[in-house]
Amino acid sequence: MAQAFFLYFAGIIVLTSVLVVALRNPVYSAISLLIMFFHVAGLYVTLHAEFLAAVQIIVYTGAILVLYLFVVMLLNVKREERYHAQFPLAALLGVTILTEGLMLTLNRRFSSEPLPLSGDNGAADAAAGNTETIGEVLYSTYLFPFEVASLILLVAMIGAIVLAKKDITARDR
Amino acid sequence: MAELGLKLAFSVAQIAVVMGIVMLTVMFLTLAERKVLGWMQDRMGPMEVGPYGVLQPIADGLKLFFKEDIVPAGANKFLFSLAPILALVPALIGFAVIPFGPNQTVELFGRQFQPFVISDINIGILYILAFTSIGAYGIILGGWASNSKYSLLGGLRSAAQVISYELNVGLAIVGVLLLAGSLSLVKITEAQAGGFWHWYIFAFPFPQIFAFVVYVISAVAETNRVPFDLPEAESELVAGFFTEYSGMRFAFFFLAEYANMILVSCIAAALFLGGWNAPYPGTLLPENLAWVEGIVWFAAKVYFFLFLFFWLRATLPRLRYDQLMRFGWKVMLPIALGNILVTAIAAYLFPKG
Repeated sequence: MAQAFFLYFAGIIVLTSVLVVALRNPVYSAISLLIMFFHVAGLYVTLHAEFLAAVQIIVYTGAILVLYLFVVMLLNVKREERYHAQFPLAALLGVTILTEGLMLTLNRRFSSEPLPLSGDNGAADAAAGNTETIGEVLYSTYLFPFEVASLILLVAMIGAIVLAKKDITARDR
Repeated sequence: MAELGLKLAFSVAQIAVVMGIVMLTVMFLTLAERKVLGWMQDRMGPMEVGPYGVLQPIADGLKLFFKEDIVPAGANKFLFSLAPILALVPALIGFAVIPFGPNQTVELFGRQFQPFVISDINIGILYILAFTSIGAYGIILGGWASNSKYSLLGGLRSAAQVISYELNVGLAIVGVLLLAGSLSLVKITEAQAGGFWHWYIFAFPFPQIFAFVVYVISAVAETNRVPFDLPEAESELVAGFFTEYSGMRFAFFFLAEYANMILVSCIAAALFLGGWNAPYPGTLLPENLAWVEGIVWFAAKVYFFLFLFFWLRATLPRLRYDQLMRFGWKVMLPIALGNILVTAIAAYLFPKG
């Protein structure tokens, strides 16, 4: 049962990810991305990570993809025709990543012992809710990476404000 | 297998009942809105169909059903048909986690069922937030696919507005979640039992009254209602994002707007006003009829909010677009963030139970 769900979600994710780059109409690309985000959230649900699934939809589909669509509609590009001179670079990157992926999957298949995390997670899930577990781990074990991430986000935010502000003062003078 | 079939049959029956009630409420709301607006403006409202115009929704429904379905020339047919569905489905799907009555179980054919909530999942409120964020796609894509300037402008306005105010909705809710310590709407409602002074709008460590005000204003903005109805401002954009829609597709957008109104009213009632809990401790009716009282209180709270929507529409003029954005980001957002800070400190100083 779980295997069937995984195959369905994985299949749709691969298909829609390819469609995102293959489709010529940017709005259609955005819609395939929307479908892909939903299926990634579905994968999280099958792994009992409900919190991640909900946050995935809220952040990626609710905010980021809406902004993409916003820009696409503002520029009003009906068809994107600027595919040129990308092929050598794309082929190089694609082959590299494909080789890496293949090597990782092949290595993974031969190590038969299960990942140590999965059993751990199940026990924690039973004790407390999924959300509480994530919160606790984030603010104890992974406190430093969490704070670094928030610092990076703060810097990005200040950068955006500085870029936007400069324009206004220049116009005022 | 029989077990699974029974569970499925019960869930389907529950979903059918909830959908039926929501659809009936939407029908009734279209009439109520026109009547309330009429009375507030010293008019009679619709009076032609049936006694006092009570059959008006049926006439409107029939009209929409038999109207010609027009797809404008140059429109993107696929997205044009998809958009109304994308708008309606998220509005209806959120009702799956709303607790309509006391959290009790009934035994049916040797199995336990919860009759008043379709599904009590442990991320209830996040589930609703996730799906309401999808509703914006219907509006944006509908505006874009119509191939009309007015629709596109309406869709763009809507995109910016929904993103801005969704953030405020999310942050306003966080205070309640901090106090309740759960994301499940059933658990949040249960934590507010025992009198109105336990409702989170008045609750002890830090009353969520600011969060409540922010939530209600943002909810009005998120459902694109007056005074935040810029995506469909009649005097500027004809009808905004659904200018080109007619017949059943128009009806879908209409249904989505009203279903969204009911949904945000249900969330406000469940999170801030104690859900199905009565404002006094315990119940007046005997034990086995207590659920009737719970449902009546829940319905009363939801209808209060729905009345508030009409009241605002009759009272306030529409905001200008820059005012809307400035108000969302420079007034509501700081209040919501400050509320989270103070609530977190209060919850830390006075841990519950």
